[in-house]
Amino acid sequence: MQNAAISNTPQTNATPATDAIVSIKGLSKTYASGFTALKHIDLDIRRGEIFALLGPNGAGKTTLINIVCGIVNPGEGSVAVAGHDIVRDFRATRAIIGLVPQELTTDAFETVWNTVSFSRGLFGKAPKPAHIEQVLKDLALWDKRNNKILTLSGGMKRRVMIAKALSHEPDVLFLDEPTAGVDVELRRDMWNMVRRLRERGVTIILTTHYIEEAEEMADRVGVINKGGLIVVEEKHALMRKLGKKQLILQLHKRMGGIPGSLASYDLELGADGTELIYTYDTQAERTGITALLRDLGAAGIGFKDLSTRQNSLEEIFVELIKSERE
Amino acid sequence: MTLNFQAIRSIYKFEMARTRRTLMQSVAAPVISTSLYFVVFGSAIGSRITSVEGVSYGAFIIPGLIMLTLLTQSVSNASFGIYFPKFVGTIYEIHSAPVSFIEIVVSYVGAAATKSVIVGLIILATARVFVAYDIAHPLWMVAFLLLTAITFSLFGFIIGIWADNFEKLQVIPLLIITPLTFLGGSFYSIHMLPSVWQKITLANPVVYLISGFRWSFYGLADVNVGISLVAIFGFLILCLIAVSWIFRTGYKLKS
Ligand SMILES: Nc1ncnc2c1ncn2[C@@H]1O[C@H](COP(=O)(O)OP(=O)(O)OP(=O)(O)O)[C@@H](O)[C@H]1O
Ligand SMILES: [Mg+2]
Repeated sequence: MQNAAISNTPQTNATPATDAIVSIKGLSKTYASGFTALKHIDLDIRRGEIFALLGPNGAGKTTLINIVCGIVNPGEGSVAVAGHDIVRDFRATRAIIGLVPQELTTDAFETVWNTVSFSRGLFGKAPKPAHIEQVLKDLALWDKRNNKILTLSGGMKRRVMIAKALSHEPDVLFLDEPTAGVDVELRRDMWNMVRRLRERGVTIILTTHYIEEAEEMADRVGVINKGGLIVVEEKHALMRKLGKKQLILQLHKRMGGIPGSLASYDLELGADGTELIYTYDTQAERTGITALLRDLGAAGIGFKDLSTRQNSLEEIFVELIKSERE
Repeated sequence: MTLNFQAIRSIYKFEMARTRRTLMQSVAAPVISTSLYFVVFGSAIGSRITSVEGVSYGAFIIPGLIMLTLLTQSVSNASFGIYFPKFVGTIYEIHSAPVSFIEIVVSYVGAAATKSVIVGLIILATARVFVAYDIAHPLWMVAFLLLTAITFSLFGFIIGIWADNFEKLQVIPLLIITPLTFLGGSFYSIHMLPSVWQKITLANPVVYLISGFRWSFYGLADVNVGISLVAIFGFLILCLIAVSWIFRTGYKLKS
């Protein structure tokens, strides 16, 4: 697979990576309906990282998270969290995991304070009002602490779910689409919160359909499609490897074709011949832009404007899924 | 294995808070309906049947009425208590928590049983308003109360796990529990039945509960008290076996 380059030394294969806080080995899942939602997943999540799990609807993201958290029974394979098996040692693993599920399900008639305190107890921790207070303040829910959940807005409910997941001070936090249906400002707040948690050493695994979220937040990215993990990569490496940069020149005059003198450049015409697009590798020693502009001048081609654009993670993602299909 | 006592406490507290929020339905309703039974059966029928085996009819029906409420309350509290989080989806949190089925059963069944015992005691107190009665064996009375509440809360819990819609949740209490209680000698001594029916009635487990409970009040029993105890324990053990089977197989709990 893609991450072969990372673990090609025999030593790292023989002894489990000590920095992996979640270690998934050969995990498959077939639901009672006969549908296979996960196919032989191997994945190590490193302690302290922010890991973004991307994939189209129905890819198996929630299934994977729910197995690690104990909500769905695992099929074949094994999962260890902080060295403990999630089935044999479920008390040890679940105690250190916090989960914000994809669905908004709350006890409508409970108050915010009670429901968050309930979660802490459920996870076996002695009451610690100061911690609950801090969590509610961090999530801007302090004013609402005595309100019943059914009186809150959708975004507030989502924050209550996050508060519940943080109530027992987990080491590993799973966020299954935490920002779905959340406004821009709140999304920023959440990102900041996730970063603060990471600074405290919490490992964060999130799924999202907003790719800019992964681009902004993640240290590493995993792409899952139809139950299979197709890429696991450092975000920057992924963007470097698969990302291309383009220089777009708005021409004065329409061109019918690319002159022979410029054949050595990776050029194409766009917008009916009024745009010249130059694709280059940002990692290369020379981008060739200076030479290109000089040669354009020599060929008498004038332009009125220029801009550059870089492939986003989104485009990379779409490309990956598309190439899987073929 | 160390149990997660914080979790048991949390779930128990949560369930009791739910009871407090719905105080009217959970306490007032059974008290009112039992009072109506007293008026209808105690006064109307009691004016014709003055006494049963030396106990005034009004007093005679008290243990049966309490059992009637105890059974229906235990089953409905416990079945609803576990069904509701399944229905709204909040069960995810229980599944993701470091708790085994033991903590879940103890807390949900404990809370349901507590609530029905409270309702039972309130009815006992309410009965005072209508008739005078004595309790010959108070400790046995409490023991029967607790055992029945726990056993039938367990039974209700199993129904709540099994049910995947509201209809299934209602069907067993409605079609089995209520008829069995009405035919179990709440309002009469089975000695008052024709002899064929006396035999048939003995197949009804509720007869043993009511008989034993009535014995703790008046020293009167349709069947031997020992047999009543064996019957309750037998049903308790059956429920425990079913629960441990659910626990082992994960039946209807997780996909
Ligand atoms: N309980 C279930 N029984 C049968 N099939 C299921 C069950 N839960 C999920 N699936 C199927 O498994 C597949 C993966 O679902 P999953 O919820 O893991 O996807 P996802 O990647 O989280 O998608 P989304 O982005 O829409 O949340 C889907 O095809 C879904 O229909
Ligand atoms: Mg999902």
